[in-house]
Amino acid sequence: MAAVASATPRRSIKETLYHFKIVKRAAIILSVLFFGFTMLFPFFWMGLTSIRTGNDLFKIAKTPFAVHGVTLQHYYLLLTETKFIRWMFNSLFVASTASVMALIVGIIAAYSFGRLRYRGGAAIALLVFSTYLIPPVLLFIPLNVVVNTLKLSNNLWSLILTYQTFMVPFIAWMLAGYFKSIPAELVDAARIDGASRIKAMLVIDLPLILPGVISVFFFAFTLAWNEYLYAFTFIRSSSKLPVAVGVVNALQVGDVYFWGQLMAGAILGSVPVVIIYSFLMDYYLAGLTAGAVKG
Amino acid sequence: MSVLQSSFSTQPATLWGRVKRWWFVRLEDETTLGYLLVIPILVVVFSFVGYPFFMAVFFSLTDRVLGQVEYNFVGLTNYINLAKDPVFRKTVVNTFNYTVTAVIFKLGLGILMALTLNEITRFRRIIRAAFLLPWVVPSSLSVLAWIWMFDSQFSIITYFARQLGIVDGKIPWLGDPALAMAAVQTVNIWRGVPFFGMALLAALVTVPKDLYDAATVDGASAFQKFRYVTLPSIMPILMVVTLFSFIQTMGDFQIVWILTKGGPINSTHLIATLAFRTAIQGSNVGVGAAIAVFLLPFLVAIIALQLRQLRRGE
Repeated sequence: MAAVASATPRRSIKETLYHFKIVKRAAIILSVLFFGFTMLFPFFWMGLTSIRTGNDLFKIAKTPFAVHGVTLQHYYLLLTETKFIRWMFNSLFVASTASVMALIVGIIAAYSFGRLRYRGGAAIALLVFSTYLIPPVLLFIPLNVVVNTLKLSNNLWSLILTYQTFMVPFIAWMLAGYFKSIPAELVDAARIDGASRIKAMLVIDLPLILPGVISVFFFAFTLAWNEYLYAFTFIRSSSKLPVAVGVVNALQVGDVYFWGQLMAGAILGSVPVVIIYSFLMDYYLAGLTAGAVKG
Repeated sequence: MSVLQSSFSTQPATLWGRVKRWWFVRLEDETTLGYLLVIPILVVVFSFVGYPFFMAVFFSLTDRVLGQVEYNFVGLTNYINLAKDPVFRKTVVNTFNYTVTAVIFKLGLGILMALTLNEITRFRRIIRAAFLLPWVVPSSLSVLAWIWMFDSQFSIITYFARQLGIVDGKIPWLGDPALAMAAVQTVNIWRGVPFFGMALLAALVTVPKDLYDAATVDGASAFQKFRYVTLPSIMPILMVVTLFSFIQTMGDFQIVWILTKGGPINSTHLIATLAFRTAIQGSNVGVGAAIAVFLLPFLVAIIALQLRQLRRGE
């Protein structure tokens, strides 16, 4: 190959290939820089705004990146003057309770969908999955009436119950894939030893899919943590808001925005989900396509 | 099964023993156990999705008002009034403009991001994690950074534009109808590109390398390789992701609500924001439900396509 390429008439091809490689490398680097800048700049700007003194904040027109004084005052005020800590606990309570509930319902349904063969099973699985595709826009108005009827308006349990609508189908779908991936021989071996189906599920299946259960739990948790529309609709009093709504609602009084505190709140409110994703990114990426490929 | 049955060949003496055994045998049957285990999920799905879903359709045919028990059946009146309402018409156009534009950009940039990430060998993990960030962070919180970036007085984007000599003076990002629409679309695209990028990357890494080698031997150009090898291979996932994004974008609420509340002069109202304003703030549950239900035919079409796509992949 090299000998052929170095022969005089072919030389230009080799050069072209060489140039092509350089151009390709340059294009990749350029693309990484482009995405790096566009994807991350808002976070950089958030961080910078949250640690600047108010004075610097309003000199942006001339010197946007100059920092004359670094201050943690915005964070201090956020934690002491607002109900931020309360909002974080509300989110933690809602997201973890709702995830545990959804996980229980989801695991047993996933076992049924992924392990057992029976008439109508696939159709029920498809029906359940299609509900995951119904967006909250279509449901928040009637759910608001349901919540009022159940006397759960302005109560965190209204969120725990309504979040099941998107968590349960999601969990059942993801875990059904995990159940399917367990080799049938393992379970058969246990059953020949006299274990009932339920026992085999608890002793053989469940420990094997435990990594899946844990990662699905945390993804359900982030879905609840990030939810906005239901919380904004069903919760009225400031002390009961989850953090995704609280920060937005309370720090904008009329037309006045408390930028430093808003940005500090946005950063601290995102920390839990960023931590979860930094540990479970590979699971998340695998799960993204598992549903699409395997069905 | 025979093993299990033979171990129970003697009749248990106590009633409790018989009940237990009856259940034990029942639960070994795949069909019985299968149906039994889906009961909880069906209860959840019917009471919190199915029932409200039909309620939404029913409400849209009534003049129900929030907080009042009595209401009248009004047939298609809400829909007829909406069809004549210029704000609603504007909202429908906005929703399609918003959705189609955003999905096209997300798809294009997502493919670019996936191709880029697929070529990277160094710092791959950290770069992937960094690019995923806009998708991970609660959108209501990241949108706050964008309001600040679109501020009429202190916009950093205006500063960049001025440095580049594109503009002079201030730009009313969220105060001008056309700019406001572009602004909310930008935020939606920014948040959605990583989702496309990561899903398509996962699809790219599964494309067999021999296919590219074969194409090289056949003398295919880089573009031809993309067109005839890459694209067909990632097509199933690309379809699923695009359709999913269509649904999500069409039903978008918080980006627009937090940035513009639907303004200026209704130029950024989407179905979701108008439905919220009408049904929750304006207490007109009937009309609000009709606005939301307007999305239904499009959703049904997309969901049908989506499910077909998923089944084909099976």
